Amino acid sequence: MSVIMPPADQGVLARRERIVAALRAFVPGEGVIATEREMKPFESDGLTAYRQMPMVVVLPETTEQVSRVLAYCHAEGIKVVPRGAGTSLSGGALPLVDGVLLGMAKFSRIREIDFANRVAVVEPGVTNLAVTRAVEHEGFYYAPDPSSQIACTIGGNIAENSGGVHCLKYGMTTNNVLGCEIVLITGEVLRIGGKHLDSGGYDLLGIITGSEGLLGVVTEITVRLLKKPETARAVLVGFPSSEDAGACVSQVIGAGIIPGGMEMMDRPAIHAVEEFVHAGYPLDVEALLIVELDGPQAEVDHLIARVSEIAGGCHASTIRVSTSEEERLLFWAGRKAAFPAVGRISPDYYCMDGTIPRARLPQVLHRMKELSAKYGLGVANVFHAGDGNLHPLILYDANKPGELQRAEDFGSDILRLCVEVGGVLTGEHGVGVEKRDLMPAMFSEIDLKQQQRLKCAFDDQGLLNPGKVFPALHRCAELGRVHISGGQLPFPDIPRF
Amino acid sequence: MTDLLKVRDARDVETAVQWALGAGKALEIVGGGSKRALGRPSQTDLTLDLSGLAGVTLYEPDELVLSAKAGTKLTEIETLVAASDQELAFEPMDFGSLLGTAPGTATIGGVLSVNASGPRRIKAGAARDHFLGFSAVSGRGETFKSGGRVVKNVTGYDLCKLMAGAFGTLGAMTDVTIKVLPRAETEQTLLVPGLGAARAAEAMMQAMASSCEVSGAAHLPASIVARLPGMPGGQAFTALRLEGVAPSVAHRKTLLESLMRSYGQPETLDTEASRTLWRAVRDVVPFAVDGPAGARHVWRLSTAPSQGAALGAALAAEADAELIYDWAGGLIWAALAPSDDAGAGLVRRAVANAGGQATLIRAPAAIRAAIDVFTPDGPGIAALSQRIKDGFDPKGVLNPGRMWAGI
Ligand SMILES: Cc1cc2nc3c(=O)[nH]c(=O)nc-3n(C[C@H](O)[C@H](O)[C@H](O)COP(=O)(O)OP(=O)(O)OC[C@H]3O[C@@H](n4cnc5c(N)ncnc54)[C@H](O)[C@@H]3O)c2cc1C
Repeated sequence: MSVIMPPADQGVLARRERIVAALRAFVPGEGVIATEREMKPFESDGLTAYRQMPMVVVLPETTEQVSRVLAYCHAEGIKVVPRGAGTSLSGGALPLVDGVLLGMAKFSRIREIDFANRVAVVEPGVTNLAVTRAVEHEGFYYAPDPSSQIACTIGGNIAENSGGVHCLKYGMTTNNVLGCEIVLITGEVLRIGGKHLDSGGYDLLGIITGSEGLLGVVTEITVRLLKKPETARAVLVGFPSSEDAGACVSQVIGAGIIPGGMEMMDRPAIHAVEEFVHAGYPLDVEALLIVELDGPQAEVDHLIARVSEIAGGCHASTIRVSTSEEERLLFWAGRKAAFPAVGRISPDYYCMDGTIPRARLPQVLHRMKELSAKYGLGVANVFHAGDGNLHPLILYDANKPGELQRAEDFGSDILRLCVEVGGVLTGEHGVGVEKRDLMPAMFSEIDLKQQQRLKCAFDDQGLLNPGKVFPALHRCAELGRVHISGGQLPFPDIPRF
Repeated sequence: MTDLLKVRDARDVETAVQWALGAGKALEIVGGGSKRALGRPSQTDLTLDLSGLAGVTLYEPDELVLSAKAGTKLTEIETLVAASDQELAFEPMDFGSLLGTAPGTATIGGVLSVNASGPRRIKAGAARDHFLGFSAVSGRGETFKSGGRVVKNVTGYDLCKLMAGAFGTLGAMTDVTIKVLPRAETEQTLLVPGLGAARAAEAMMQAMASSCEVSGAAHLPASIVARLPGMPGGQAFTALRLEGVAPSVAHRKTLLESLMRSYGQPETLDTEASRTLWRAVRDVVPFAVDGPAGARHVWRLSTAPSQGAALGAALAAEADAELIYDWAGGLIWAALAPSDDAGAGLVRRAVANAGGQATLIRAPAAIRAAIDVFTPDGPGIAALSQRIKDGFDPKGVLNPGRMWAGI
């Protein structure tokens, strides 16, 4: 692939056998994997176009093991890549040829469920859905719900600050966690936050969330639990144009309604999905909206009526309100199967993840059509419409020479477009290796260096997950230097009192 | 002598910090000055007054987003968004009544810098959860930015979180972007009378664990109730707020009333009275500097809701303490009779037992200089915090020592 990773440390590679033996002393038995065949499943994450075998895989089970492994790697100058379930779509868990791949899957216990305080304390390898499964008998759930929730882990969710269709109303991971235990690359174990809401001091949990495994290895997380809404109903609305659909979304929010979920699909996505799922989606529309209202029955009925009325005023050609739980789930079944449905109509697809100010949607879709013609590749769009998070799925065939490269270039153009209209490179999938080299489209050299100084406070040798997020690596010593223009600067020409 | 620089634009901020860096001076970063008495008194040579950086630069109600220069008055923003039936959902408190500064002087930059929030914190989050992007000048004299103007964004480290609650020790913010949300059409508050703190905690936790979507849960002992506007006097009240569209509030009220039946026969406050009550709870009016508790030292304690009552009892057992419980028991405002250390020994011990943290909010500067205002962290976190500070402000130009010595 086109992305360049940090140069391999030949000294480390030469010591591989000794390193493997040392790691076995910390993590006994099957916790250290060093054969080519057994390491194979770890060579990529959800961004399968990128593959790299690690030097060795380590699967610790306790915080102490993590601490010893990291302290050893720190002392020996060995790179470490943390990994959860490996569903990252940005290559966040892509191994390094000279690095330890630290798999956290064995941290799979739910340590405590505290209904009184509405929190659960879980290990990072617990899957997202498992948290909800463990508390739903009491009517609770864990709100962030990435589509990958059956497989992805809470540790991965923290690292990527993952979201889901319900995050417009209930927030992303960062709004739903209260505390964590983290091991720094030095092996030092820190506990941050707890069951209380405000921790005081610098918001370390806030920066660890979304830090893509670059700041430390998370070994425990305290998550907030929410009470399941009394009921939920969905409206399925078809529009003759994306402008109309966009106007409807704006008017719903303008009317003071924050739906539990508000998802949009464009024509190619609707057709792919309907063929696959038979959800009864209208095929004669340019855009489809699913608006879900949740809460007490009285509120949901009230708001469903208002949303339907707004949709009617926006030229909707079909409006269907779910009349049963089965029907609501059927509406969603289509949206939830959007990725695999697109997978059926194209040998391969490449999932993008930019966010835009919602009002710019028609313009962005229009430009995307032009880019699609330019690159000769189809594109289907699913869109978290409420918060402007766009998932264009670029259709390509990896077996056709040059198509993958074209898909990637197309994707980069889309993301630059998102930034150009006031949006950002990634709404929930993370930068990883995938968008690393696009970071300068959004950030200045100064911005990026300041972010890396934060990295230096946690990991001064840059051993944790290097090659991700930042396009250029700088030594911490260099970043730490202060440029002072000498005392010569005249007193600033600013009004004084 | 010049001791105050009144900047006109973001460029002035950069110039001032660069000058201070070169001249080896430390700057006090001030917006409206409403929270100058919050935190450790820091040793600074000059005051950098950001109140001139004023004005909302972008407000798109349909996109739920607002950008403003950091010195813009919070009241200006609140008035503007209210005209579109929106609000800052984190319900930022006004420290005026507690600290004796004029009400309405707070700026959005200051509000974000202390990560302010109010009673709705339990449902809607704190300032940090609504902070989307900023531009700031670091202690290195460089202008840097993070985040953006869209709600959903994971591009790079989330530095907004770091700036929220950093008390201006990492950067002087010049421009900020926040999320705004629709304001509830209507609200009502149920008042459950006569509960003790422990029983009130049970009631509040039960309410929070229901699907009533309670957006404010406070326990107000009788002595506190007497100092609140428009409240029926004479006894303690446990207040539970419901907000939303009218049919929803009515429905949830019925549900909540039946849940609370075993605790007592609740009274109801309608929208206006409810708003008045929660504003007073938000601003901790019962401990106002010009009120009966005015001479007391005030702490803000955050703990797990199930620990709140025991923590309050531990304080009251050893000190003359007046207490207000918010956040379903997870937030305690404690006003202690004045003492040499503001009761720090007792507070720190009690919080260590209960789990959580405590911040000294009101005490004379000499006391705030002598004891830890923020919860002292273990050596690991303290060292990490220092390294973070050094990365943003290596020479200690920005509010040095405002949080801890050296930070
Ligand atoms: C079909 C599909 C649908 C998806 N839908 C969504 C969606 O709706 N919303 C969304 O936000 N994402 C979605 N994703 C992306 C992905 O599932 C999330 O990013 C998820 O949080 C990754 O979790 P993971 O356990 O698989 O982490 P991994 O992929 O293993 O790792 C992700 C990152 O986390 C780091 N990491 C993992 N564990 C730890 C730890 N314990 N400590 C420190 N760092 C750690 C890794 O180093 C890496 O940088 C989807 C992915 C797929 C394949």
